[in-house]
Amino acid sequence: MYLKGENISFGYRKDDLILNNVDISLGSGEVLGLVGDSGSGKSTLCKILAGYEKNYQGTVSIDGKKMPSNAYNPVQLIFQHPEKAVNPRWKMKDILNEGHVVSQDVLSSFGIKTSWLERWPNELSGGELQRFALARALSPETKFLIADEITTMVDAITQVQIWESILDIAEKLNIGILVVSHEKNLLKKVCHEVICLSRINNAGLYNELAFRDMQNASLGGMVPE
Amino acid sequence: MSTAFPMNNKGLLRPLNLRQRTILLIILMSLLVITILTSSLYMDSELLSTNFGSKNLAPSLEHPFGTDWMGRDMLARTLAGLGLSIMVGIFASTISTLISVFLGLFSSMGKTADSIVSWLVDLFLSIPHLLLIILVSIGLGGGATGVIIGVGLTHWAGLTRVVRAEIKQIKTQDYIHISRNFGKSYVWVARKHILPHLIPKFMLGTILIFPHAILHEASVTFLGFGLSPHEPAIGIILSESMKYLSAGYWWLALFPGLSLLIVVLAVDILGENLGKLMDPKKAHE
Ligand SMILES: Nc1ncnc2c1ncn2[C@@H]1O[C@H](COP(=O)(O)OP(=O)(O)O)[C@@H](O)[C@H]1O
Ligand SMILES: [Mg+2]
Repeated sequence: MYLKGENISFGYRKDDLILNNVDISLGSGEVLGLVGDSGSGKSTLCKILAGYEKNYQGTVSIDGKKMPSNAYNPVQLIFQHPEKAVNPRWKMKDILNEGHVVSQDVLSSFGIKTSWLERWPNELSGGELQRFALARALSPETKFLIADEITTMVDAITQVQIWESILDIAEKLNIGILVVSHEKNLLKKVCHEVICLSRINNAGLYNELAFRDMQNASLGGMVPE
Repeated sequence: MSTAFPMNNKGLLRPLNLRQRTILLIILMSLLVITILTSSLYMDSELLSTNFGSKNLAPSLEHPFGTDWMGRDMLARTLAGLGLSIMVGIFASTISTLISVFLGLFSSMGKTADSIVSWLVDLFLSIPHLLLIILVSIGLGGGATGVIIGVGLTHWAGLTRVVRAEIKQIKTQDYIHISRNFGKSYVWVARKHILPHLIPKFMLGTILIFPHAILHEASVTFLGFGLSPHEPAIGIILSESMKYLSAGYWWLALFPGLSLLIVVLAVDILGENLGKLMDPKKAHE
């Protein structure tokens, strides 16, 4: 199964294209890294792939089929700021189970404590909220996960824990992951391949292979000595 | 003893903060509205009946607001009129609020819907309210229903504009996109995520529309296009009393007019205080 973005062009304003004819392809079970300068349009591309942004040119498809608009989207997106991903007026248990009833296995894999379920979002830390955001996004119906700088705000040990859980569940469900990050260590450890989104001479953006075939070694090495 | 007294005094005189003042206002307003409504509903009809033995009496202890040219007690007429005004105000501002709930949510469904709503808002803000109320009221055959619908149909534009901007802001939140990506319908998202966020705004909006609704009802009725002359409306009282002003019966207009103004101002201040309380920057004033 392949998630494909083809000939994607997009600008927030008509005269200023952020993305110009970008192609991207992500397979089931694949972990693809995406790097690029700040402001190069990585988050914008993520929003387009996940259907948040709809006014783009080009096509986004899974195995040639257009994305569903009123059904569960097999492409789920997680951002850097989990506090924006939760309704501040909802309790964590309602937030968690909005899409589907999250299994006990997934909860324990992400280290989500039962007592957290009764809390409000402002009573949890960013890292704790991000675990909820991931747990509810990794449903059996999810085929692709887009992770846009999802562990930028947590400490190194938490980052390892979170990524171990993601990779574990993704492997079981054969989910393909797009990892947007600035951290070379993380990319080296988790990605099979990394591509780069860059702007040349303001002529637009293109993507290229940044580095390929990272060894998928144990995550333990990510913690700095 | 000599130290306790001034301290006690200081405690009493300490100015109340905004929250306490607003709560006090809410209590006073509720008491006022309940008193007016119950007294107008359960009023002894004797008080409103004509009694030519006591025509045109100036205010006294027996008739604090005086009596009119048919000997009716003006305090009783004023209370009945205020009760009617408050009922009209409650219905009309509820209609206005419901219209803005509907249009606000409708505007967020898409670009076309949004342009339709903003066109309607601009249109209704540019037409003079009074003219439109009179037209609607006449079109519906006058009476309470005509006035309520006329006032209700003209006061939603401001609130709709506020609600539309608010919804636009909420819709950019990630959790809305996430909910849609979980396959939730637009209506579901509106009901579970957007509407609960807006309820305080709607309550405040209703309270702020209320004084306008009352004043417009009174002016339309005063002009003869609103409630029928048989109803004890403040607008009717005021227009009738105009004929007697030259005869020196000042109390016929002064007390009913003043009472209406007090009710309107009190609700307006209440709405303003609630608005400030809901704006976190001003909450500690
Ligand atoms: N909602 C928006 N409206 C207008 N411009 C935006 C918006 N979001 C991002 N941009 C602009 O688009 C460009 C790409 O942003 P983004 O996709 O967030 O980049 P990245 O994630 O690679 O840092 C930036 O120049 C940014 O200022
Ligand atoms: Mg970004």
